[in-house]
Amino acid sequence: MKKSIEPVETKYFTFAEAEEFKLESGRTLGPITLAYETYGSLNADKSNAILVMHAFSGNAHVAGPVTGDQDPAWWDFMVGSGKALDTDKYFVICINVIGGCKGSTGPSSISPKTGKPYGIDFPLITIGDIVRSQKVLIDHLGIKKLLGVIGGSMGGMLALQWVASFPEAVECVIPIAATLKHSPQQIAFNEVGRQAIMADPAWNGGNYYGGTSPEKGLAVARMVGHITYMSNNSMEEKFSRRLKDDNTGFKFSADFEVEGYLQYRGMSFVKRFDANTYLYITKAMDYFDLSDAKWIPEGGLPGVRFLVIAFKSDWLYPSSQSQDMVRQLQMRQIDATYCEIDAGYGHDSFLIESEAEKQSHLIKHFLAKRKG
Amino acid sequence: MKSTIKRLDHQVICGIVEEGSKVLDLGCGNGDLLQLLAERRGAKAQGVEVNNDAIHACVEKGLSVFHSDIDSGLPYYPDQSFDYVILNQSLQEAKKVEAVISEALRVGKKAIIGFPNFAHLEARILMFFGGRAPIVSSLPYEWYSTPNLRFLSIKDFKAFCAVKGYKILASHFLDSQGQVRVLPNLFAQNAIFVITK
Repeated sequence: MKKSIEPVETKYFTFAEAEEFKLESGRTLGPITLAYETYGSLNADKSNAILVMHAFSGNAHVAGPVTGDQDPAWWDFMVGSGKALDTDKYFVICINVIGGCKGSTGPSSISPKTGKPYGIDFPLITIGDIVRSQKVLIDHLGIKKLLGVIGGSMGGMLALQWVASFPEAVECVIPIAATLKHSPQQIAFNEVGRQAIMADPAWNGGNYYGGTSPEKGLAVARMVGHITYMSNNSMEEKFSRRLKDDNTGFKFSADFEVEGYLQYRGMSFVKRFDANTYLYITKAMDYFDLSDAKWIPEGGLPGVRFLVIAFKSDWLYPSSQSQDMVRQLQMRQIDATYCEIDAGYGHDSFLIESEAEKQSHLIKHFLAKRKG
Repeated sequence: MKSTIKRLDHQVICGIVEEGSKVLDLGCGNGDLLQLLAERRGAKAQGVEVNNDAIHACVEKGLSVFHSDIDSGLPYYPDQSFDYVILNQSLQEAKKVEAVISEALRVGKKAIIGFPNFAHLEARILMFFGGRAPIVSSLPYEWYSTPNLRFLSIKDFKAFCAVKGYKILASHFLDSQGQVRVLPNLFAQNAIFVITK
């Protein structure tokens, strides 16, 4: 039976205190704190762990009611007793990424060297850096091999990076609405977001902590982003050209419902997200590139299985990108299943229960098939 | 003890595929044949299927499947990477038959091709005396709702192989009861060929 899970507290793990963590850029970072949550129990041989990775603006709170200053759970319909990621069977882990602003070390954290927030002195990080930092925690938990690595959007890119960096340490890889690399279109949308933030005078070269945040720039960035997460059809259904009740007409206020909605999404985002994190994480996604397939070892990836999921209405991460991914795997004779789900909500379909029923079904059965 | 295989064509294909073969089923449907081959022949089985619900059924069975139509599903598989490529009851739905078979024989050492025989006696009678496009058990669709794009006979397929220079390694002809030994182009409802380049 499906039931809600018990409240889960966010845990914190700190490392790289004595010796700083080396980043791909050549710079170092330390100490590093990772905020993470776990659901279900780790079995005796530690073979039932699934690492869920959040998307760009996500956090460690995947499922369950809100406790403390947690955001609402972002994948509640996927994680829990009897759900696709069944907490009666699996030990589910989710970690906020480094560079983030939800408990893990990021640009808004206090630098031990200056006693002030890092701001843009925070080193640039990559998807590879994020995964290597997560590996430190997975090792600390005593898990040698993850049963699954799974995530949507950036979470899917992280899942791919996991198998690229640590092919021995994963069995099932489930990238959803993801890509092997950002296209110029994806980079372009990210750049518009970054420019909106940096054009806000309040951004102040990234040095705004303790003062006024660049809320206007960040809100515009989020508005642009939010458009790319929806589909034309879902926007038509949700808003059409309907006018807001309080529209005054022929002024540059929000007349249309879609305008009001985007402004609301923008303004609610700035309350829970750090503008510098926006810059760092979008940049990490733009740098990500596994498209040359050099990461796949000569002998393929024996024992690793892929389930690649795309959504028909997703134009930001179109299904052609998922197909490219699967073809890279097919060329090297790696076990991969690919499904394009006929969901209408656009890129965000993987986060929406009514759109993602088939996603849940596929994942549940894919995970249930264990190698003998 | 394992139960008997319900479908005759599946029985025949199970008999063709050797233990431990690598098999790609183009148009694998809900994965019944692939599951049989995996369970009974220890085959390393993969499928290509266009129908969304069928893909879900395959994943439920623990099969690996690629969501695509068979006309565009193959270019990235390496040469000769499968022992068998199967086109069972899917060839007649292909748009680019020549390309699909040529690709099947590029990525597979052999191809197993099963299709309904349009020149079956019952179909001939319905056409000749009834004057209508035949609806028979192996061709159960109305002309306006059939997924079949191709209507071929056993003779047609043999002629095609001769033109293309494909070698026929084995052939099996079926009616609803079992194998047909006499005048297959007249009496067989379904044909299964094993071909190679």
